[in-house]
Amino acid sequence: MRFMTDTWLVFSRAMRLSLRNPVWVILGLLQPILYLTLFGPLLEPVANAPGFPPGTAWQVFVPGLLVQLAVFGAAFAGFGLIAEWRAGVVERMRVTPASRGALLLGRVLRDVVVIVVQGAMLSLVAVVFFGLEAPMGSLIAGVAIVALLGGAFSALSYGTALKLKSEDSFAPVINGLLLPILLLSGILLPMALAPGWLQTVADVNPLTHVVDGVRALYIDDLASNEVVIGSAVTVGLLLVGVLYGSWVFRKESA
Amino acid sequence: MPETMIVSRGLRRVYKTNRQEVEAVRRVDFAVEQGEIVGFLGPNGAGKTTTLRMLTTLLEPSGGEAMVAGSDLRLDPLGVRRSIGYVAQGGSTDPEVRAGEEIVDHARMYGTELSVARGNGEALFRQLDLDGMWDRRCKTLSGGQRRRLDIAMGLVHQPQLIFLDEPSTGLDPQSRANLWEHIARLRTDLGTTVFLTTHYMDEADVLCDRILVIDDGLIVAQGTPDGLKRKVAGDSVVLSLEDQRSTVVVAELVSHLEGATEPVIDGTEVRFQVPEGASALPMLLRAMVERNVDATGVQVHRPTLDDVFLIMTGRSLRDGAESATDRAAA
Ligand SMILES: Nc1ncnc2c1ncn2[C@@H]1O[C@H](COP(=O)(O)OP(=O)(O)OP(=O)(O)O)[C@@H](O)[C@H]1O
Ligand SMILES: [Mg+2]
Repeated sequence: MRFMTDTWLVFSRAMRLSLRNPVWVILGLLQPILYLTLFGPLLEPVANAPGFPPGTAWQVFVPGLLVQLAVFGAAFAGFGLIAEWRAGVVERMRVTPASRGALLLGRVLRDVVVIVVQGAMLSLVAVVFFGLEAPMGSLIAGVAIVALLGGAFSALSYGTALKLKSEDSFAPVINGLLLPILLLSGILLPMALAPGWLQTVADVNPLTHVVDGVRALYIDDLASNEVVIGSAVTVGLLLVGVLYGSWVFRKESA
Repeated sequence: MPETMIVSRGLRRVYKTNRQEVEAVRRVDFAVEQGEIVGFLGPNGAGKTTTLRMLTTLLEPSGGEAMVAGSDLRLDPLGVRRSIGYVAQGGSTDPEVRAGEEIVDHARMYGTELSVARGNGEALFRQLDLDGMWDRRCKTLSGGQRRRLDIAMGLVHQPQLIFLDEPSTGLDPQSRANLWEHIARLRTDLGTTVFLTTHYMDEADVLCDRILVIDDGLIVAQGTPDGLKRKVAGDSVVLSLEDQRSTVVVAELVSHLEGATEPVIDGTEVRFQVPEGASALPMLLRAMVERNVDATGVQVHRPTLDDVFLIMTGRSLRDGAESATDRAAA
């Protein structure tokens, strides 16, 4: 009960700030929409190539963009926390009896809400303007999965940020990790087109399974292995992220 | 409410940086009774903030134990957090958030009802001269206003025990006086116990029932302001003379004065301490006239906490910063 109220307090404080400055929410959306417009059309002819996974170009491409949107948006959330820490806000909250987990979860929840809004808008644009075909239920489930994935990355980002406490060391860590895991997940082009060794590396990457899961959802393969694995991997990542993040918040001298 | 609000036994803290270990707090033993206002005095780097951060559960002690507001620091940190307020040395507000929102949210994190939080917050804004700041973003407040907001936030949930880390840094004299009044009133009205650090001797003198002097991680003196001053050997006297020759004569005369310390010659000045400056001085001046020596100036001053500090720590508060860096370099 106490935990819920604390989480709500931290969430509404963070949300209030995001709403007051919605320009970031818009900017976050701009990137995937540019990809849709400028990169998507290149994929249409490739979609018939041998080895391309089942589904239309858009059914393959939009899930990748959704994952990218969630991961990018969330991974940089830690910068805001470093600023809060520097202003003394984190320490001030840590002397209150509020649960340490709530200090993390409230912030993560705000990021999840932002990703849900962005993901829904991206899906809508893809359906209306680019002719993405997918059942309504699948579209919703897709946004839900990437929102949870975003939650995982935002928790990891907050934990790492609070551990490093400096933008200068946080930025290279995040950039250094994001680029390879995004490249190795087949976000832009399916990994089915990759040579064998690359596929093997990609298989170890959890994000590959999330993207594959959402793709399977879009071609209405609700009960397929991919969907189950993708969802399970997402939930697993979320657990790891939240456990790590709350551990850092609980630890001394954060 | 427990009768003794803080008991610290052998608290100790070592910071490990990549190259060296810093023993910021070596051993700190003291007790604070309910309703006391206690000042924690020490030069820069003495370990004041470190001690406060341990007592407020923010930092794990490397050794020792403490009871804070009736809860054991190690076994029940949540119990400690419920009963205390803390105003950090370095500020606590988000530049983008509105002042009123910050204070209400902060109170709510202690489980305070929304309406009570708002009421307490508004009252504190009035009392600490923050009228009209409620809807302002924190970054638009002046330094002193923002400091007062920090203090208001620390008090908004009406804790039994409040830790203030240099609360009056950056406040103008009027705001400082107002803050002292406010703190004194907290004790009378709510029985609040206050533990504060300061560099201002006048603040410690006026406000505090008791003073702990910390230096280099150790408590080197404690007592009431008057008690500490009494420990200093009497009044300080400074005689300004016309030339070097006179200083030798006067120094010789002073050495015959009853109870006077060894005189120190500094240019054309002679300094010494004597138990009763007011009665010793006329005698000395008469003797000087007999020897044909004139004083161009005479200063006598009653011992201040500055003198106490000088004697206890071997340096004045003013050059505390210097010696802290010296030690860091060593
Ligand atoms: N995080 C840290 N890592 C390493 N050393 C530290 C750390 N924080 C403080 N110290 C060192 O511990 C010592 C005590 O610091 P502390 O902040 O407690 O001093 P202070 O008495 O509050 O001083 P001031 O009057 O300047 O606020 C100093 O020598 C300081 O350099
Ligand atoms: Mg300090």
